[in-house]
Amino acid sequence: MSTPSFGSDELAQFRRTFFEECTELLADLEERLGALVAYSSDIEGLNAIFRAVHSVKAGAGAFGYTVLVGFAHRFEALLDRLRDGKAELDERTLTALVAAADVFSALVDLARQGETPADDFGADVAEELSALLDGETRLAAAPSAATCVPTQAASEDRTYRIVFRPNAELFRHANEPLYLIRELKTLGSLAIDCDLARLPPFEAFSPEDSYLGWTMTLRSSSSPADIAEVFEFVDDECELVIEDIATAPTEPEVTAPPPLQEVAKAEATDAPSEGKPSEIKTSDTKTTGKTGSISSIRVDLYRVDRLVNMVGELVIAQAMLAQQFIESRKQDDPGALQGFEHLAGLTRELQECVMAIRMQPVKSVFSRMPRLVRDVGHKTGKDVRLEMSGEQTEVDKTVIEELADPLTHMIRNAVDHGIEDAATRLAAGKPAGGVIRLSAQHAGSNILIHVEDDGAGLDRDRLLAKAIDKGIVPASAKLSAEEIDELIFSPGFSTAAAVTDVSGRGVGMDVVRRNVQALGGRVQVMSTPGKGTRFTLVIPLTLAVLDGMVVAVGWEKYILPLTSIVESFRPGRGQIRVVPGGGEVVSIRGEFVRLIHLARVFGVSEAVADPCQGLVVLIELANGSKLGVVVDELIGQQQVVIKSLQDNYDPVPGISGATILGNGRVALIVDIEELTRLYDRSVRIAEATRLPVAANA
Amino acid sequence: MPRKILTVDDSRTMRDMVSYTLRGAGFEVLEAEDGVKALGVLANTRVDLIITDINMPNMDGVTLVKRVRAGGSHASTPILILTTESGDDRKASGKAAGATGWIVKPFAPEKLLSVVNKVCPA
Amino acid sequence: MAEPQDIPNSGPDAAAAQARQFISFRVGDDEFAIDIMAVREIKGWTETTVLPNQQDYMLGVLNLRGTIVPIFDLRCRFGLGLTTATRSHVVIIVAIGGRLLGMLVDAVSDILTVNAADIRPVPDVDQPIDNAFLAGIIPVGDSMVVLLSLENLFANHGPANAAIAA
Repeated sequence: MSTPSFGSDELAQFRRTFFEECTELLADLEERLGALVAYSSDIEGLNAIFRAVHSVKAGAGAFGYTVLVGFAHRFEALLDRLRDGKAELDERTLTALVAAADVFSALVDLARQGETPADDFGADVAEELSALLDGETRLAAAPSAATCVPTQAASEDRTYRIVFRPNAELFRHANEPLYLIRELKTLGSLAIDCDLARLPPFEAFSPEDSYLGWTMTLRSSSSPADIAEVFEFVDDECELVIEDIATAPTEPEVTAPPPLQEVAKAEATDAPSEGKPSEIKTSDTKTTGKTGSISSIRVDLYRVDRLVNMVGELVIAQAMLAQQFIESRKQDDPGALQGFEHLAGLTRELQECVMAIRMQPVKSVFSRMPRLVRDVGHKTGKDVRLEMSGEQTEVDKTVIEELADPLTHMIRNAVDHGIEDAATRLAAGKPAGGVIRLSAQHAGSNILIHVEDDGAGLDRDRLLAKAIDKGIVPASAKLSAEEIDELIFSPGFSTAAAVTDVSGRGVGMDVVRRNVQALGGRVQVMSTPGKGTRFTLVIPLTLAVLDGMVVAVGWEKYILPLTSIVESFRPGRGQIRVVPGGGEVVSIRGEFVRLIHLARVFGVSEAVADPCQGLVVLIELANGSKLGVVVDELIGQQQVVIKSLQDNYDPVPGISGATILGNGRVALIVDIEELTRLYDRSVRIAEATRLPVAANA
Repeated sequence: MPRKILTVDDSRTMRDMVSYTLRGAGFEVLEAEDGVKALGVLANTRVDLIITDINMPNMDGVTLVKRVRAGGSHASTPILILTTESGDDRKASGKAAGATGWIVKPFAPEKLLSVVNKVCPA
Repeated sequence: MAEPQDIPNSGPDAAAAQARQFISFRVGDDEFAIDIMAVREIKGWTETTVLPNQQDYMLGVLNLRGTIVPIFDLRCRFGLGLTTATRSHVVIIVAIGGRLLGMLVDAVSDILTVNAADIRPVPDVDQPIDNAFLAGIIPVGDSMVVLLSLENLFANHGPANAAIAA
């Protein structure tokens, strides 16, 4: 055991982190100790103090602060006994703990300042700790290098016979004989003989058990202890004999357990030698990376989130102020107007800078996919190649985290269901191996991700049959090709003819769509029979802000995402048609668009019921279809900071999030993709209560 | 494809040192600061090796090892416990819970890598 | 969208089990209490933003220094009708399982220090309030205060359940 040979730059960085952490740990320790003194026995408090001391000790060991380690060791030992109930927390012990905390803290300070404490520093307290430990002073004795394993100067080759017979349970701990044998091979030349005698008849064979044994001959200059170390993790799970047959043929065989335990102990008591400069030397050039100045700093994510939030609030405040200014009709004051414009520009720039802090390349998610493709390809027996592009495209960190699941699912699906098996492909005149393309690119304030395969495309006949079978669409339904493709996003729809162990059961593309929508994005599918399928994800670059339109409905205010809004208008009487079944459409430029009253969907009373008295906001949905949302009036356009409702509550259908308006009130952000579904249901319920039977849906 | 390792430690210093060493050797490293968070990570991500500290708030390393071994996607994933020089009995309890092996703190980077390679070679 | 893990909590209550503190409050003519450890803040009633299609006892959400907090009408949760909230009504913000929520009550009464041994089980008698919401009875002088089970009160306040049931 030696002081880690990290490069000096890294070591300095780790040391900084260590002392930062020490400050936190010591503060916590102080607080807990105070509580312990005030309220006496509290096992959780003791645990926390123990952990603080233990953490400091572990770090101190890494940097070679021997005196600190020695002291921490005693302190920790006493705490350990206290929490195990082996020692009593009486007045004397409590006094000692408080004194120990002071010494401990002082030692940390000295280490921080790079000073070596005097030999007798805190000796009285250390002695008191030892006394309380019932004279267990040996615990505290700083182990010296002399207790190291006596390394036999073995320069010449010796020949060992090694018998290694693992118990049946070996695999339970994820140990792998093959790796051990490979490691032995690195020590010298190895001849291996495998013993199959314990292999049971097939019907008694348990794949989780280990049956094989090995007898090996190793020619190596290593000591028996070195060889025993190879087996250090399995010594209690095997029969192990290590015999030096060439140089000491008459010696009794060395069975594993005794020497191994010795090795373990020797290693265990081998404390770090006091920061020997020779050990921090640049012997390890591969870990000594950059030597220049620090080009990045570590910042607690919490601080970044706070910064993002604060800037978000600033954006809100600025927007409100500008709104009020415009409404106050003082635009004739050119100085003020210019000031407001400047402020708006600065605010936006500041916000972009802050957002950029959280931006990360999608690479961290993309990089998981090649392995997935390989694994699934292997399981399904398909030869599939993954081509990726745009890995460096940046998106908000929180978005990246949420991308992993949908992407994994889509890629898995593409391999499992999209790409045909080799025979089918060859028959269709395609190369035997399939290709999946995964790409990312920016598009405005969105990131565009494509998952594309060159497989068979969606089987529309089967999709439709299944949807009818499951009652998702009526048997008489006439659907366009696109509408049929859309069916794969229906809840509870699984496209695989048979449930495979790769794609599993229960989770379908509906979950992908939900996940993507939760990110404020949308997912579309495009499929060409025989040529392949392409999924497109459009996801906002950040979850933190949204350009919204504030609308009033009755007493409530809602926010509609600006990106989906085409236009707003007050329809004339002649533009509105009532369709059979009670629905309404509005005619605009020759197109009939379905109307949805926000007040009805959300159950808001005292709202404008007549579209010709209120306003229609024309919205384009992810699938390209249009919708007219009826509201009372538009309040104004505003960039809003998105707050999650789900931190403290459950998802609310039709609401994707919330924001806080300039007056401190909460306003809800409307999930427009959900509106039609909700509206259909509210209409159905309304009709069901009005009419005894609703015939055609 | 780099192998993926989850390091679990409540000490940022230790996490940093472990991660730095492993990343330098080409591993992909995920971090968690206690057993509960580690289980959260494991529920979503498949890793090739878990390296865990013993003394942690919320859920300690031994309990984590037991939970992982109890079943699920990582029941047969190698797990190394990080233990201090005084931790002989900890090694034993970690081993009993189902750990694959251990690394003694403080560790030299070379030692860490050699132990990692021993239970989860490329 | 991972479910919150159940965090094994050896908690402070193990050792300090003997004496616990509760905050007591009034709803109608009855006194109720909850563990003071769960209470984060007590504030006067202000108008909430109504969430669509929720249970009637779910009053909407409030902005608590930048955090969106759902507010529930405790009287209505007990099935005793909606509270006509005024400025003199009180919202107790509590933390349950890592989430914050507010309970609208009539008024906060007192802080009680009670020995765990003195908390009586809830008698199995017919009463207007669902037994599952009650965690015990604390005798105070001649009268009694009903200890509530926050977990059960708000275990299934999910709008999803409400919507599907509708």
